[in-house]
Amino acid sequence: MTNTSGSEEPASAALRAEALEQLLTERGLIDPKVMNEIISNYETNIGPLNGAKVVAKAWTDPQYRRRLLEDGTAAIKELGFSGSQGEHIVVVENTATTHNVVVCTLCSCYPWPVLGLPPSWYKDPAYRARMVAEPRAVLSEMGLELADDVQITVRDSTSEVRWLVLPERPAGTEHLTEEELVPLVSRDAMVGVAKVKAQ
Amino acid sequence: MTAPLDIDGLAAPPRSNGELVFSEPWESRAFGMAVSLYEAGAFTWTEFQAALVGRIGAWESASAHNEPWNYYKLWLAALEDVLTDLRAVSASEVTARAQALAHRSPGHDHRHDHDHPHH
Repeated sequence: MTNTSGSEEPASAALRAEALEQLLTERGLIDPKVMNEIISNYETNIGPLNGAKVVAKAWTDPQYRRRLLEDGTAAIKELGFSGSQGEHIVVVENTATTHNVVVCTLCSCYPWPVLGLPPSWYKDPAYRARMVAEPRAVLSEMGLELADDVQITVRDSTSEVRWLVLPERPAGTEHLTEEELVPLVSRDAMVGVAKVKAQ
Repeated sequence: MTAPLDIDGLAAPPRSNGELVFSEPWESRAFGMAVSLYEAGAFTWTEFQAALVGRIGAWESASAHNEPWNYYKLWLAALEDVLTDLRAVSASEVTARAQALAHRSPGHDHRHDHDHPHH
């Protein structure tokens, strides 16, 4: 190890994580097999494709859309998506004149079952602080220019409410089926930092 | 970068989502430990979240950021805070074990007793 000015080099996060995992395993508090399944599930199965299916169904099934806006968690569960961080999902609808965008100002609350784990920019201190103070400017920096007459509402996710945006269905998609709409729906649109594009 | 969801080909995930879920393997372990313990009932998510908010708030209010922003480092520290409160694992125990791991011989069989996550 290279010599540093400090007398004691603090252990790296990687070593601390490994040490903690060993101790927890030895004490029977975690089962590495269960833990590997959880990690692999979040790495491969649980992600924004789930949310895209929810949105596409809401766009094509008015009854489902109504249930989704009334009780997000229950309507999302109908499609088989539930679990950690999916307990209190509230869905808000973006339209031509109202735009919702989601942030978690205190940490990183996010509806895992429908969007997976949050991207790094969502957790970044700058995004979390600035989206509340100057949403129009931040959205513009992220490539979303909204007209001055569009009303922006910033939704602060917490452990009590995790927001999901139902994006506006783009013009020119009227002929598409639910299955054909799914690939158009991006994670960013469901956080509210982008719009869904027809192509 | 390939989206981690692109697995079945039936309905490819939106392309603009491409980002690896974890940037380093230890981040996935830190994540997995917290979720495993929570799902096993060791603590409530509110308890863990409060610890995470505390760690993030402390980083943000520090006038000089000696440590660069690293979300999963704060996550891991929050997990240690909760486990300390529960008297399940103390910080000094983790430090001692981490130091022992740091002094392993260079050619050791790294993590030989664990399955590697499959990629």
